[in-house]
Amino acid sequence: MKNKVTLTIDGETVTVPAGTTLRAACDLVGHPVPTLCWHENLTAANACRACVVELKGSRTLVASCSREAEEGMDVRTNSERVLNSRKVVAELLLSTSKSELAPDLLSLAQTAAADPDRFSGGATWEQPVLDDNNLYVRDLSRCILCYRCVEACGDDAQNTFAISVAGRGFEAHIDAGFGRALPESDCVYCGNCVAVCPTGALIGKTEWTLRQEGQWVDDNITVTETVCSYCGVGCQLNLHVLDNRIVKVTSPMDHPVTHGMLCVKGRYGYEFVQIEDK
Amino acid sequence: MPEIRRLLPTLDIASAPTSLERLRERGFERALQRSAAMTSQAIVAEVQASGIKGRGGAAFPTGAKWAAVLAASGEVRYAVMNADESELGTFKDRALLEQDPLGAMVGLVIAARAVGAKRAYCYVRGEYREVEAQMGAAIQTLRQAGWVGADTVDIEIRRGAGAYIAGEETALLNSIEGKRAEPRVKPPFPTTQGLWRSPTLIQNVETLANVALLFAHDVDWFRTYGTPDTPGTKLIGLSGHIEHPGVYEVPFGYPLMQLITETEMGHGVSGSGHLGAVLLGGAAGTFLAPDEIRDSVLDYGSLAKYGASIGSGAFMVFDDTVDLTWVLTKLARFFADESCGQCVPCRVGTRRILEFLQRGELERRPEDLRDLAQAMKDASICGLGQTAPVALLSILDRLERRTNETRR
Repeated sequence: MKNKVTLTIDGETVTVPAGTTLRAACDLVGHPVPTLCWHENLTAANACRACVVELKGSRTLVASCSREAEEGMDVRTNSERVLNSRKVVAELLLSTSKSELAPDLLSLAQTAAADPDRFSGGATWEQPVLDDNNLYVRDLSRCILCYRCVEACGDDAQNTFAISVAGRGFEAHIDAGFGRALPESDCVYCGNCVAVCPTGALIGKTEWTLRQEGQWVDDNITVTETVCSYCGVGCQLNLHVLDNRIVKVTSPMDHPVTHGMLCVKGRYGYEFVQIEDK
Repeated sequence: MPEIRRLLPTLDIASAPTSLERLRERGFERALQRSAAMTSQAIVAEVQASGIKGRGGAAFPTGAKWAAVLAASGEVRYAVMNADESELGTFKDRALLEQDPLGAMVGLVIAARAVGAKRAYCYVRGEYREVEAQMGAAIQTLRQAGWVGADTVDIEIRRGAGAYIAGEETALLNSIEGKRAEPRVKPPFPTTQGLWRSPTLIQNVETLANVALLFAHDVDWFRTYGTPDTPGTKLIGLSGHIEHPGVYEVPFGYPLMQLITETEMGHGVSGSGHLGAVLLGGAAGTFLAPDEIRDSVLDYGSLAKYGASIGSGAFMVFDDTVDLTWVLTKLARFFADESCGQCVPCRVGTRRILEFLQRGELERRPEDLRDLAQAMKDASICGLGQTAPVALLSILDRLERRTNETRR
């Protein structure tokens, strides 16, 4: 079997290992495509369609996040059809969901010259915030249904399968089963869904509260690297500290042990650190 | 030209639809015997020679699909009958399965044999309970006759739960696997990675019924009707403003206007009595004007001229009093309700199209609608989102032509 394939991207010839996605190949030649739902550590969901490219001979555009490069492919990342689709995808999402905490969506909107008002005025995802536990908040009016949380909760990381997509069409939404509150669901509060959410629809309770109070200032946050002390696995923790108080815990997405994923103790069990007389 | 009956049994056949007697009377037993004596390769070659195209809507060459599954690597293989008929104005599979369920079932047995499948599934629309019972009885008859069973091919019926999207082949496979009926990204195609990632042959009911007929006779017999490009007959569901609505079987190449006017078929336009338009191919189809109907025959080449296709064979007639924007709004509501919600262009796009139409903005913002429609056609994951704006575009084209003519 051949282990290299050669293709053309925007007129440039590139040779990549077999199995490389078009997205990765486009990166390689310096013509990156925008993505929203794609995440380096998760199975491609093909849901947002922001990464579509034009493939010669294909009736429709193809999602570059999941389509593998094949010998002789002729790919365009900037044709009129590609630019139109990207722009419309951004405009449709801006017309349904709040975007202030969604940097990828905002940057897509900017590069695609999206008009946020073009498809607005109809139904939106505006809905009450779901604040039903002490660890994280669900503000689904920010959700773009990228499926990342479902995959992180499922067999891409956590294998808990507490959440899934329910409903269909415009009513499709992330659900913990029968509309249950999280404490009644199968959620184990690992927060891996929160870690991969690109829009702030899933957000730590502390961060959400501080943002509500206007106290969250990105520039004032420092990050301290440490290793989790709960068990012997050796997960790296990045402690996000604001005013000498831990306000969020993450792990680097490229860390060889965690791949960005933690358990409830590592991600949320930090309050004891800051109790004065422990 | 009188109606042809090949797929539908002729009226002199009085045996019970699921009886052993019917199996013999229709030549299906002969079809099973003849194919049982053939190698997989010979069966596939005969299907290829017949020129059968898929009858579910995409008109993919059936023989090529069988050859692809046969060539795919993998010990376990599956065959699937798609009986999740839910397209608007489409009820031909229902008629076929009610009147002659053994045909499609025998086609499925032959298909399974050809591709080496030991297990086959019939995925039937949830609302088709009577049809499902009929299918079950047909399987039982074949089981008793020794054609279906653990040592040949086992057939299991799976019932849909009311989602149009489950008729999309990869969503259907997910549904059989017990997952949410969301379409999968293609490639890989079901021919190489279908049910539980194994090579899978999935065919529409009517396609499989054609296969049974082919093996009950031969390639020459099969090709006596139809065009060299598209041999055989097609079931058409006539509905709307038509005197005699129903399912009719006609050869490919048949003049479309005759479907409406022929006394044995449509028997003329009802309502005002004057033809306004035909929606051909269902909700995902194209509106054709009376002169376009007069100018076209039932074949893909002839219809391509007007950007139309036969689709599932839905033929919805509207008299000249019907406001097509009202029809469009109905279609838009259907797609907004039936989109699975997986991808952005379809999930939000179908809703926005509905809102545009409800606000009466069809003629005011054609460019925005065209951009949206193009993005849906280009970037949606599956056929639902890709074809949801097709009827809308055919109306926009018509409006544009009218504007240009007035300007001139």
